[in-house]
Amino acid sequence: MVEEEGFRRYVAHFILWIGIAVVAFPVYIAFIASTQDNALIANGQMSLLPGGHFFETYYQTIFVGTSGSTREPVGNMMLNSLVMALLIAVGKIAISIISAYAIVYFRFPFRMPIFWIIFITLMLPVEVRIYPTYKIVADLHMLDSYAGLALPLIASATATLLFRQFFMTVPDELLEASRIDGAGPLRFFWDTLLPLSRTNMAALFVILFILGWNQYLWPLLITTRDDMQTIQVGIRKMITTTDALTEWPIVMATAVLAMLPPVFVVVVMQKLFVRGLVETEK
Amino acid sequence: MQKQAIFQSKLLPYALVAPQLAIVLIFFYWPALQAVIQSFLLQDAFGLSTTFVWFDNYVELFRDPAYFEAIVRTFVFSFAIAVSSLSFALLLAVMADKPLRGSMLYRTLLIWPYAVAPPVVGVLWIFMLHPSLGIIARYLRAIGVDWNPLLDGDQAATLIILAAAWKQISYNFLFFLAGLQAIPKSVLEAAAIDGARPMRRFWTVTFPLLSPTIFFLLVVNIVYAFFDTFGIIDTMTRGGPGTSTVTLVYKVYSDGLLGGNLGSSAAQSVILMIMVIVLTGIQFRFVERKVTY
Repeated sequence: MVEEEGFRRYVAHFILWIGIAVVAFPVYIAFIASTQDNALIANGQMSLLPGGHFFETYYQTIFVGTSGSTREPVGNMMLNSLVMALLIAVGKIAISIISAYAIVYFRFPFRMPIFWIIFITLMLPVEVRIYPTYKIVADLHMLDSYAGLALPLIASATATLLFRQFFMTVPDELLEASRIDGAGPLRFFWDTLLPLSRTNMAALFVILFILGWNQYLWPLLITTRDDMQTIQVGIRKMITTTDALTEWPIVMATAVLAMLPPVFVVVVMQKLFVRGLVETEK
Repeated sequence: MQKQAIFQSKLLPYALVAPQLAIVLIFFYWPALQAVIQSFLLQDAFGLSTTFVWFDNYVELFRDPAYFEAIVRTFVFSFAIAVSSLSFALLLAVMADKPLRGSMLYRTLLIWPYAVAPPVVGVLWIFMLHPSLGIIARYLRAIGVDWNPLLDGDQAATLIILAAAWKQISYNFLFFLAGLQAIPKSVLEAAAIDGARPMRRFWTVTFPLLSPTIFFLLVVNIVYAFFDTFGIIDTMTRGGPGTSTVTLVYKVYSDGLLGGNLGSSAAQSVILMIMVIVLTGIQFRFVERKVTY
């Protein structure tokens, strides 16, 4: 072991705490602002200590909404974001795991072309084909619907590749064994392969949930009704009120609420998250 | 690589790939194809007639100084975001890699910004640096900086770069930490026995061994700066003041959906697609090579 002498160790602690302060400061400010009086903030007189409006602000944010251009309660926006994130995560895992299963465990005509068709989708994020995708979703009458929010974002290959790689490492003996037990392909998939894939699925779920929750451009385009709005779109609409002064405590409370679920997932599922991240990037 | 043990079934595999194929074809290939076709068409202002114009949209795009500026701006942004975020993250990762008490706690406290959505990042930073009510803007003015990102294009660009780099620190930190932990400690011990001081050990041993990670992160960060900054830009500056924070993706959005210039927007999409394909290709070749080492 390369030993560190005392002084260097203190320097390391010090630098790490500076790093933590840098990443935490904006969030601290947001929380503080959400507990203070709007008039005070608007005057540029915000203090660095919590104010007394915590319950009032959060109650109004979650159940009532702003009095400006978007009057939707944030509770409802969070529900929309939650549904969208869950649909994306579960949908992507479901369609990916079965197609990876087909590609790895079966030989069938057009197997490789199909694999390549899926593989190529790795290349393009939804942002670059945004307008035509919008048009297709509109033609399919899926604007302002959960299906329209989720389906175009499910169309990518990362999860399929991940499961394919994982299936390749599953020993052949397992399949032989279940075949001797008289199991067909679906039985083998359900009883053997799925349980084995549990940690992979969980890790992927963490990543995809965060990805779905944090979507912005896509929901911005395809939702026009306030009650279908996600929290990321809602928060942006709150700060562009032209008819009234921006209600900063509510905006900041919304920012805090928008951060809570994904940050919670990252902190609690840290191990799975790191694993999923490193794997999906490969 | 092929599996030896496989199932025999004629229809089942098709049923299993069908959902994935259907979604990919409808929501991926069809729109991508549409973008390519649209980029060769010119639509009149009312959408009544369309003419096939070959490469006119592209030619016009490359004659447009605004597009050229957006390209340069996007690269400058990407480079600034990647370099600032990578260097800060590397410093933190090197510190967190040391055998310190509480290193798990440090890691947890540093990785969560990954989960913060781009528009939320934008809202947080615009609030801190808002010219009239921002808390940091107040200090800047106190030390004599004429701070107003709502009017000054360079300041607005700085603001975007800061916010985008901030969000990316945690991601880079994680990958650097993983990269550092993969370096065998014996190599560093050998260097220490040879009398290399810590700084020298870092530059002659750790840094070269870390270069695959650095390169990988550089590509990822550029792709991030291209696409994921949309939410940050849209909440903080909406491309303004003027066009000083309009990047390539933002231009696709504003020309196509706000400006109604579909042909040009489609041509821009196609150019972006090519850029991403090249970047992804580089990344893949590189990762493949790393695996065969």
